[in-house]
Amino acid sequence: MITLDELLERDKKREEDGFKRKIRIGRIVKPGAGNREKIIVVPTTVEEKFVHDDTLLIDQSPGEGEPTGGTGEGEEGDVIGEQPVRPEEGEGQGEGDGEGPGEGQGGEHEMEANAYELGKVLSQDFELPNLKDKGKKRALARYVYDLTDKNRGVGQILDKKATLKKIVETNMSLGRIPDVTRIDTAGFVVSPRDLIFRVLSREKQYESQALVFFLRDYSGSMGGKVTQTVVSQHVMLYSWLVYQYERQVETRFILHDTEAREVTDFQKYYSYKVAGGTKVYTAFQMVNEIVEKENLARDYNIYVFYGTDGDDWEKDGKQTLVEIEKILTYAARIGISVVKHTYTGTKETEVEKYIQGSGVLDRHSHLIKMDVMGENVDDSRIIQGIKTLIS
Amino acid sequence: MELVNQHAKGIMEECKLRARDAGLRFDDETLEYIVTNRDMIELSPKIMIPTLYDYWVHDVRVLSGKGMYEAYPSNPYETVINTRPAISFYNDNNPDWLNVMIFYHVLAHIDFFQNNLYYKNTWDVDLAGQALADKRLIAQLRSEKGRWVDYVIEFARGMDNLVGFHRDLNRTLTREQGHVPDRIDFYFDRFLQKIKSVPQHVYLKEIDRYNQCQKDHADFFDQVIEQHPEFEEIFQKEKQKISPVKMDVMEYILKYSSFLRREENEWMKSVIHIVRGTSLYFQPQLRTKTMNEGWASFWHAHLFLKDDRIRGHETDFAKVNATVTAMPKVGLNPYALGLRLFEHIQEMEDRGRYSLDYFQLKDAVLRTKYDRTKNTGTDYIFFVRENMDDFSFINTFVDQEFVDRHHLFVAGKRFNPQHNTWQYYIKSKKVADYKQMVINTLHHPPDIYVVQEKTGNGVLYLNHRFENKPLKQDFIENTMIGIEFLWGGPVHLETSVPSAAAQPGSPYINFWDPGAAGRAADSRQSPIQWKRVRYVLKDRKLHKQEL
Repeated sequence: MITLDELLERDKKREEDGFKRKIRIGRIVKPGAGNREKIIVVPTTVEEKFVHDDTLLIDQSPGEGEPTGGTGEGEEGDVIGEQPVRPEEGEGQGEGDGEGPGEGQGGEHEMEANAYELGKVLSQDFELPNLKDKGKKRALARYVYDLTDKNRGVGQILDKKATLKKIVETNMSLGRIPDVTRIDTAGFVVSPRDLIFRVLSREKQYESQALVFFLRDYSGSMGGKVTQTVVSQHVMLYSWLVYQYERQVETRFILHDTEAREVTDFQKYYSYKVAGGTKVYTAFQMVNEIVEKENLARDYNIYVFYGTDGDDWEKDGKQTLVEIEKILTYAARIGISVVKHTYTGTKETEVEKYIQGSGVLDRHSHLIKMDVMGENVDDSRIIQGIKTLIS
Repeated sequence: MELVNQHAKGIMEECKLRARDAGLRFDDETLEYIVTNRDMIELSPKIMIPTLYDYWVHDVRVLSGKGMYEAYPSNPYETVINTRPAISFYNDNNPDWLNVMIFYHVLAHIDFFQNNLYYKNTWDVDLAGQALADKRLIAQLRSEKGRWVDYVIEFARGMDNLVGFHRDLNRTLTREQGHVPDRIDFYFDRFLQKIKSVPQHVYLKEIDRYNQCQKDHADFFDQVIEQHPEFEEIFQKEKQKISPVKMDVMEYILKYSSFLRREENEWMKSVIHIVRGTSLYFQPQLRTKTMNEGWASFWHAHLFLKDDRIRGHETDFAKVNATVTAMPKVGLNPYALGLRLFEHIQEMEDRGRYSLDYFQLKDAVLRTKYDRTKNTGTDYIFFVRENMDDFSFINTFVDQEFVDRHHLFVAGKRFNPQHNTWQYYIKSKKVADYKQMVINTLHHPPDIYVVQEKTGNGVLYLNHRFENKPLKQDFIENTMIGIEFLWGGPVHLETSVPSAAAQPGSPYINFWDPGAAGRAADSRQSPIQWKRVRYVLKDRKLHKQEL
């Protein structure tokens, strides 16, 4: 059986032959109890043919979904059931969804294991760059054993420098070194207690730490492919960071329409939809609040990635820019992806306009990046976008 | 993967006897294998044909199938393939009694494969053997030509849904009946109407005369030649003119591509032939899913319950059977629909309701009481399984009685802004609406063919006969790149797209904020306007031109 790596290797060769790549990295998200979701990385591909496009329904009135078959009693016009447009945490669902902290951990771990694999594929096969500066260190509950502790009298290896220092100390206190400029080592008294050895000991492991904020617009305008594209890019970014930071990555997810809200896991980040308006600044504001309240700037490399269709009710983006400037004081990178609806054409969206206009991209060119793409892009373009955002 | 044990095989042979007694007809030899879920995942990208040629897309599907299985484990009971002998696969998790029930299901599938006329062209071939030969050829080519074999497979598969299945089938069936309909069809459809443009009453008179001739065994064309001495010549000329157009796109490229004609590219033709042949083989299956599953479900229930060897498993059976054949509250289940429709047809025919008498009867009470106790229903459903495909099956037999009896309806789905929910409601209980809804789900590839008159100067000109369904736009470019490669020159495709003016707002509103769209709606009800466009693919670049 052929492996994923071999498939990707072959796919790369297509470019040499003048054809587009065909294999995409797909993600199967398996919702579980609580937030124990599982993400499975699989390759996918489509075989293009001339086929009818069934998504475009001809005689459909607004607000209607696709009709299907049904069985049961009732008259025409009777309502037979309702289904929430989006699953809502706790709200109205009597049983709640049991978000025990213990449960959450297991799921996250599983997602991370897979994300690590995806990150590896992305870094190696799609040649995403490696991170250069991994920044500050933070202690973790992981240990290695090393000859670092010192012990007097007995041990594995004699630490000569430390021993000599100790001997000098002893002899000084004994008054055997009257003149420090002229030391006669022949006259030293050496006590067995002065011998200092190194012994094997448990050591804490230090690793760089990243904290990634994923922000996205989930307002009414973010329909269909735009959301898919944003989320795809964010999954890949996350995976890449997990790989780069050898799994030492923490994530926070923030959604916004006219208000921002934090959600607990990727599953919710991925699937929530709402039909509200759009105020971009709320999301960035929430990042600032969280960072300040939890004093995160000291311990983490903070990354903020934001995905939007470029729509904002606040046309001049004044508040957004204020919040962004604030984030720039501590963040390692802000990456903004604007995924444009096909109907927008080449017109600049509001977000593009005010970000470009403010000059923040030039002033902090190493801290903030923006990438603009259409909603129908393929995975290779999304990955290209990631390169831009993290370059 | 291993053969079933002798004990199980013994039970299955007894099943065959009972199935034959009930009227099913199938070959004596069958092969049964026990497989694991893993085997199933590995086989399904190859349409369950173990000997199908290797291709990287299958490998991708296997890998994603395994991922899917990890997330959503499934446990398919069986699969049967239309080979000679017919091969069926059984899940190793099945208990023995279940395999008996499934074997009846499988036997009905085999009966369907081997008797439904849409499968006619698959009867003289054993696909497993054919596929093995193909697989070896492709493996050998791959060792010589490397990954270019895979490109040719890819490009050929890009067109393999456009194969002329119905035409091939028609040719076989008419050849067998020994008459050439071409002359008659040509006389009535083209000669009288298009070339002579005769008035309607003359046309009808000719039809009458034709029917009279049939009755008297007289030669209809004697008089035609008398009246129109030029007929034979025109017919022969037209016949020649028509023939290349009747080829499907793959055949046309095979025959006329300058690129494939080059000596160094000859090998590609065999690859295209293999892809085309494989696709043709599976066309009937795509077009008889509801019938085939309905037929199998019908017989497994009838035969299993009569089988005394399963005493004690009646409730187990009921459970499994219900999960397979229950009508979903919302949604379509081809097993359930097909099963009920076969039962309905049987009963209608038993009561003699497929008759003019019944058709003309308007009194509702008398209609429900109508029963001529013909009891020909069983024969009739055998006739249906022999002669129909999903479309004719549903289009002919789904009637108001059927819809009423099973309380069927078209379920609509609309946004409820108060509750922020999707609301399911009964949209229609009319048979016409229900029928149309089911028909919309059937396999129906676009009708795309080569336009002979516009093909030339190295350009291949394709036309899409538009049926109010646009082509999936994302797929057009890559498909055409493949065709360009095999054709060896630019490819044009004429099709229809919605004209921009007729698409008020943006369609996303429908889905994400359906309420808003409704509030602002005024002119939105107007039907979509279509315009013809031509896609031109040259040097792997796609351009769109308005016509």
